[in-house]
Order: sequence, then structure tokens, then C-alpha cells
Amino acid sequence: MIRLEKRPQPSRAFAYLTPVLAVLATFVFGGILFAALGKDPVQSILTIFWEPLFGEFAFFYRPQLLIKGAPLVLIAIGLSLGFKAGIWNIGAEGQYIMGALCGAGFGLAFYPAESALIFPGMVLAGAFGGWLWAMIPALLKVRFGTNEILVSLMLVYVAEQFLASMSLGLLKNPEGFGFPGSRNLQQYQSAHNAELIAGSGMHWGVVAALIAVIFAYVLLARHRLGFAVRVTGDAPRAARFAGVNPSRLILFCLGTSGLLAGLAGLFEVAGPAGQVSIDFNVGYGFTAIIVAFLGRLHPVGIVLAGLLMALTYIGGDIAQSQLGLPAAAIQVFQGMLLFFLLALDLFTNYRLRIGRVETA
Amino acid sequence: MKLTTFLAGAAVALGLATGAVADGHEKTKVGFVYVGPIGDGGWTYEHNKGRLAVEEALGDKVETVYVENVAEGPDAERVMTQMALDGADLIFTTSFGYMDATINVAQKFPNVKFEHATGYKRAENVSTYSARFYEGRAIQGHIAGKMTESNIIGYIASYPIPEVIRGINSAYIHAAKVNPDVEFKIIWVYTWFDPAKEADAAKALIEQGADVVLQHTDSTAPQAAAQEAGNVMTFGQASDMAQYAPFPRVSSIIDDWAPYYIARTQAVIDGTWESMDTWDGIGPGMVAIGEISDAVPADVKEEALAMKAAIADGSYHPFTGPLKKQDGSDWLADGEVADDGTLAGMNFYVEGITGEIPQ
Amino acid sequence: MDLGAINPILLIAALMSAATPILLAATGELVVERSGVLNLGVEGMMIVGAICGFAIAVETGSPMIGFVAAAVGGAALSLLFALLTQVALANQVASGLALTLFGLGLSALLGQSYVGVKPPRMGDVDFGLLADIPVLGPILFSHDPVLYIGVLLVAAVWATLKLTRLGLILRAVGENHDAAHALGYKVVRIRTLAIMFGGALAGMGGAYISLIRVPQWTEGMTAGVGWIALALVVFASWKPWRVLLGAYLFGGITQLQLNLQGAGVAIPVEYLAMSPYIITIVVLVILSADRSAAPGSLGRTFHASN
Repeated sequence: MIRLEKRPQPSRAFAYLTPVLAVLATFVFGGILFAALGKDPVQSILTIFWEPLFGEFAFFYRPQLLIKGAPLVLIAIGLSLGFKAGIWNIGAEGQYIMGALCGAGFGLAFYPAESALIFPGMVLAGAFGGWLWAMIPALLKVRFGTNEILVSLMLVYVAEQFLASMSLGLLKNPEGFGFPGSRNLQQYQSAHNAELIAGSGMHWGVVAALIAVIFAYVLLARHRLGFAVRVTGDAPRAARFAGVNPSRLILFCLGTSGLLAGLAGLFEVAGPAGQVSIDFNVGYGFTAIIVAFLGRLHPVGIVLAGLLMALTYIGGDIAQSQLGLPAAAIQVFQGMLLFFLLALDLFTNYRLRIGRVETA
Repeated sequence: MKLTTFLAGAAVALGLATGAVADGHEKTKVGFVYVGPIGDGGWTYEHNKGRLAVEEALGDKVETVYVENVAEGPDAERVMTQMALDGADLIFTTSFGYMDATINVAQKFPNVKFEHATGYKRAENVSTYSARFYEGRAIQGHIAGKMTESNIIGYIASYPIPEVIRGINSAYIHAAKVNPDVEFKIIWVYTWFDPAKEADAAKALIEQGADVVLQHTDSTAPQAAAQEAGNVMTFGQASDMAQYAPFPRVSSIIDDWAPYYIARTQAVIDGTWESMDTWDGIGPGMVAIGEISDAVPADVKEEALAMKAAIADGSYHPFTGPLKKQDGSDWLADGEVADDGTLAGMNFYVEGITGEIPQ
Repeated sequence: MDLGAINPILLIAALMSAATPILLAATGELVVERSGVLNLGVEGMMIVGAICGFAIAVETGSPMIGFVAAAVGGAALSLLFALLTQVALANQVASGLALTLFGLGLSALLGQSYVGVKPPRMGDVDFGLLADIPVLGPILFSHDPVLYIGVLLVAAVWATLKLTRLGLILRAVGENHDAAHALGYKVVRIRTLAIMFGGALAGMGGAYISLIRVPQWTEGMTAGVGWIALALVVFASWKPWRVLLGAYLFGGITQLQLNLQGAGVAIPVEYLAMSPYIITIVVLVILSADRSAAPGSLGRTFHASN
């Protein structure tokens, strides 16, 4: 009989080993899937994982990894703080949208005036929009004890409708021949979140993600607030004795994650995406939840997980066009990768024991 | 190091761009970027049929590649760049939302040709193309006006944008011309594709007395709802939807991109490709009218086919005056024909349609 | 504007049919959540059910066998979630989201050859003369069998939770898994069964869309219905009859919205589309006075440490 036994300490070796094992398992099962679809499994997997990093055009794909990964990392860092403390914000997608709307709205309000102050103003507005949207579940939880998972999720759908309304109404490009969508901020110099070095993929969103990672690392390792986050997650009752104010922690964690999601939205709309449109959001807020868990809620892990997710998106698109793999197969492949990464993490905290068990 | 690699890379990209055609690969490579899955049975499905037609028509001379489900914004830009880097000579970008991304990528690859569907921004190496669906709507409107017994025609509209408004106006003008008592009930569903919602909208219209349902959304859900109701007529949208013929589907407007895609690919092969704005209708075959079934009386069918022929040879324009706007103000004088600029940005109903365009 | 064009009887009959997919999925999810598990993969299970049901109905020519297949398909997918969360102790939120991603991809792969195919139609139940009763006839006696099965399932879930030992155990597990474990209940097994029940119902809900309401197969056709089902469970404060009420209310808002437009009433569509979610939040706040509403162990991982 096989049974699980909790390790007294999470295994460091397995913490590093399980992601590798998960990726290998995905190669095997993904390979079987690709073979079943009549594609060369080795070539398919190489196209997804090797081509973007070391292929002929890696000079183009590597910066794209930053562009695709930055919003994921930025959002996931914020979420991980709350997740560590047992505060579940799963509405980052909505906060991302509201950040983009507030930021873009602020910038467009000044169109066509040029000023060096516009972009910083947009950044503040974007952060504020995301923060405000996250404050709704936070305040409701503090005041009424409502479940923040559900409130934040509901607010995603409210935000999506609001986005549609704004794209077709208030923010619609007056020179766009009646088509939905705002002016393109890439063509409005003061509001454009341009690449800092052309061709590098580095824009302010990437910088913000890096700062957030460092900030989170220091906070968790050194700061009293980080201690409060960790202890609340591990032992909520002990946290109270340690003088942690749960309400303040809820406001801090949800607020920070909303703020970072809002920033991610703003940097995206002002940079790579360029405009507010009905389908502006592409699910970063939800994917970031997965990224946070894949990264084991650790800042460095999140960076790696965000880049890995970005890699599968970019490599997946290459595989579609070069090998004719259907998008659905890539989605299934990503799903497998996530399943294995989530499932194998078990061995970090538990070990298998083979032996007799008392009836549990 | 890393930074310089990036910069060198960018330079290589530009170098490659100029060499994409000159490198002498035998096959002309054509890329397609799709906004939905090719299994959507509507918009993307039809574009993919166009791609397959290119392969069939030009055989060994071409190689086609596609990526489906590409989100508008940076993802689209990346996929287009990737296709260009992989040596595509011609790239079709098949969603309005790809407009700025197409222009951006086209600037980086001056020797690659781009074709953007339904947009209005062009460049030296970017053409735009779109279909005059409203021509087909005129024929639909005519049949609908003749056939309706309740004098109520339901219309499932997607988003309040010029394309959709144009279709409503065209259908209404021609329905009202043959049946002055006709009334249009319009439901905006705010989606291009949500079968369940489209079904609900169709049912709501049918329950309110509509015996003809027109749709500007892509699924066959309204057809099924009409079939269930029994005495309600529909028209296929985007694809033929022939599985619902001969009734409720009595005819259809089909996006037939094949002739255009083949012609443009051929132009690239021949080296005669030039940037242009194509807005084609029934004449050149970009808009096809699906077979009018026997559920339509012979005389009505004949009139419809006559109108189709007149539109095709240019002797009749669906927006010909006298026409007034909804508020009663004059729009087109007797015999005057609407100009493409007004049509492209159409944001008003014509006289007789009740209700408001949502803002 | 012509409000007289709206026929309230037909409106009610239509909303009952429109509400059935969310009703089925939400009833299943309610059982899952009552057992203390939060499965955010409803959308993924629904769409897999939609294609399984569609494919089997087309192949066998029987919509009823299709629905059975949809239930099996949904349950099979949910078993993956059960493996992840109950055996491998993975986080439920992340696992549920991954399940949705996986399900959307899988359904598209399975459905490649079914685009544009017309499924066999399921007829309405024949109630004979009852269907001719004015008002009540069209509302109560003119639907397909699955709609009635949906309502019966709500009743069955209510009765099971409220009146049976099984229901008591399920609730005990959901309220406090450690206590339930101490009492000798097999937490993991009970939760796995609950998850599979939820998967089966979500699958049937999906098949209701692809076989009855639309009926056709296209990729991504559930278009977010699974998320509404999740909202509905909360809106219902985890009580079966309120799920029924809520499903009809949610379905009713959509139907009324479309009917008002048809009647020429200018309404802000986006803002009306938001309303079910905002109402759900308001309900959550009102419910917060009643702390017993949410299952105590909802979303928490259980491991029987010895």
C-alpha cells in the first residue's frame, strides 16, 4: 500500500526537480498527442521550446518573451502575496481591464497635447484603476466578510462589459470611421509606452515587473509586512497573537495585486497593444493565477514560470504556422504542462511511503 | 553582449526582409492570420476555405501557412512578423482589429506584401479588401419584403458599427420598397459569435411575430430556432448554411474570398502586385448569393435574380435616391447614388426604421 | 415601442429552456462546493460535454444516448481535476483554471469533423391534452425531457442533502473535513464522487446547448456559460431551490433584454449584461449576515495526516 506522508520540511531538491520532471512528462504525453495528430513529435516539441530560444530567429523571439511574459509576471507577483496569506484575488483580469481603461482614458483626455507629464499621469491612473477595482472585494470582505474569490471573479465580467461599452462609446476613436476601439496610443507620443531600446522588448512594463519581483523578494524576506503575509498563510491563529491586523493585511494584499494588475493593463494598452478595444483583454489575469502557482508563489519562481508560459504561447504559434498543428492541440499541450506542474509539486511537500496503513 | 545581440538581430531582420523574395525560393509562401478557430463555421471558416482554394488553384507554385485564434494586438503583430521571418511573400490578416499591427509589421518588411481585411489603412505594401455585403442584403430585403405575412422582419445585429448598420439599411430599403407595411425589429447581441445568445435572440424575435429572421452573426443557431418554429424564413450568413435548405434557409450571402485570394497570390507570383483598396461585391464574386430555394415563389425568385444581375453589372446601386435619413432629413436626391465614403462610415438609419442605434 | 408584442407566456417558456444549461451545471457545482471543493473548471467540463454529447448523438442518432455520453465525458474530465486536487493535493483554483484551458482545447480537437453537421433533434415530451391548457400548457407541458430532468435533479439534490445520511455526510465533509475525517468518513472518496457528479451535470449542461438550444457544434460554443453557473451557485447561497430560482432569474434577464430590444425599447445592453454579476455581489453582501451559508472548508486542501 502506498501512502503519502507530509515532510517536516519542504524538500528543496524536489522543489527544483519537480518542474523539470513535469516538463519531461509533458514532452512524453505531448509527443504522443502530436504523433496521434500525424506530426513528428520531436520536431513539434523542438519547435515549441527550442525555436523561440535558440532558433534562427531567436533575436526576434527572445524580446517577445519579455513582452508576453512581463504582464504575466507583474500580475502574478501581486497575486502571490495574497495567495501566500490565504487571500484569493482571482479577479486580476478585471483589474487589468480597469487599469488599462483608466490609464488610457487619462492619456486620451489630453489628446493631442504633448507633455512629459502625460505618461507618468497615465501610470498613476492605471495603478489607481486596478487598485480601486480590487478595493471592492477587499472592503466587502473586511466590512461584511464576503468571499473575495467570488466577488473578484464577478467583477471581471462587470469590467468586460464596461470595456465593451467604452470601446463603442466614450473612448471610441473619433477618426475611426465608426469602428469600435480607441485611438492608437502608439501614435500619440506623450502617451506611448515605447520600447526603451528598439528591438529589445524592454518597455516600462518589463521594468515594472522587475522592480515588483525585487520588491516582493525583499518584502517577503526582510520586511515585517512580509512576515505578516507568511505567518497568516501558515498559521492564521498564530498571526493574530503575533499582532497581525487581518483587515489591514486584506486591504494591503488585494490592493497591491489590483494595483500591479492595473499597471500591467496600462503598460499593455499604452505599449504593445496600443488601443482599447472590445477584445483588448486576452486572459492575462487568469493565466497569471496559474503562473503564480507554477512559480510556487516565490518571486524568482514566478519569473521563470511567466517566461515558460510565454514560451509555450510563442512556440505554439510557431508550431501552428510551421507544422500546421491546430491551435487546439497547443492548448491541450499547455493544459498537460500545467497539470503535471501542479500535480508533481506534491513531492515537494510530501513523500511516498510504501507500507501498511491503518484504515484512514 | 545581450543588448548588442538584440541590435544586431534587428539589423539582420531588416536585411532579411529585403531578401525575402530575392532569395529565390521556388514556392511563393502565403500566410493567413485568423482571429477565430477555423472550426467556427463562419468568418474564419470562410477565410480558410479561401486559403484551401489558393492551394488547389495554384498547386505546386504556392505554400500556405496559417495561425488560428490569434488575439488582436501584440500577439497578432508577433505572428505576422514570424510569418515574414519564415519567408512569407504575402500575408492576409483577416480581422479589422489587426489593422495597426499589419501596418507596423509591413513597415519592417517592405518586400513582403500584406492584405488587411475590412480596414482602412494602406501603405506601399499593404492593400485592404472588404466585401460589399450590403449588396446581398438588398436581395435578402427584397425576398423578405415579398414573403413576410406578418410584415414583421427580425434582425439579429452584432455590434453597432457601420458595416452592420449598412446591412440593416440596405435590407430595410428593399423590403419597404416592395412592402410599405414592413416593420424591422432589431436586436443587438453585442457578439459576433455566441450560438446560445443568437438562438435566444431569434426565438425572441419569432415570439414577437417575426416570420423572417435576418442575421449578422455567424452561427447557425437562428436557423435552428426558425426550423423549430416551423413557419419562419432565414438566410444563411457568411457561409451557405445549406444544411437548413430548402426551408427555413431560403438563400444566403456567402463571403467568397477564394477568387480574390487566388488573384492576389497570382499577382505576387507574376510580380504585378500593387497596393490597392478593394471593395468588391456581387460582380467580381466576392459576395455570392447562395441558391434561392424552391420555398420562394418563382416570380419572387426571378425578381431577386434580376436584381442580383443588375447589381453585378453595375446598373443598379442598392443605395439609390430618393432616400431620407431616419430623422426625415434628405440624404440622397432622386437618382443619386451613395458615395463609398458615406457608406464606409454609415452611422444612421434610413427613414422608416424605428428604434435607435445604441451608443 | 410596442411592449404588447412581448408575450409573457412565451417569454417564461423560453427562459426556462435558456436557463437549463446553467441550471444543470450549477446544480452539479453546488454539490461539489457543498463537499468543500471549488472547481473553477465548469466551463471546460461543459464544452467537453457539449462535444461528447453532440458526437455520440450524431453517431447513434439518439439525443438521449448523447446526453448520457455528455455526462460520462464531463465526469471523465472532472476525474482529472479530482486526481489533481484530491490525490496530488494541488491548489483547486489553479487546477480548475487549467482544467478549463485543457477542456477547451480537447473539445476543439474532438470536434474537428463535426463542424456544420446537424444533430438529431430531440422532441418535446408528449403530455397530450395537458399541453393545450391555456397559460399553463405552454409554460409547463411543452418542453424537452432534459429540461424536466434538470428540475428533477434540483429536487433530488435538495432531498439528498436535506433528508438523507449521504447528504449529511457530504455536508459534514464540506463544513469541516478534519472533523469528518475524525468521525471516520472517507473525505477524499466522497469529494471525488461529488466532483464527478458535478462533472457529469456540467457535461449535460453543455450538451443541452449543443443538442437542444442551438443545436450545432462549433469551437468555444459555450461562450462563458460555465462562469455564470459558478456565479449562480453563490447567488443561490448553496441552496438547490435557489439555484433554480436564480437560473430562471439570470435566464429571464437575458430573455427580457432581448425581448425589450425587439419591442423597440432602447436599453444599454452592456449595463444590463452586467446586472446578474452585480446582483450576485449584492446577494453575497446580504448573505454575509448568515455566516453559515458558505461551506466551511470551501477551497481548502485536505490531507489526512496520521
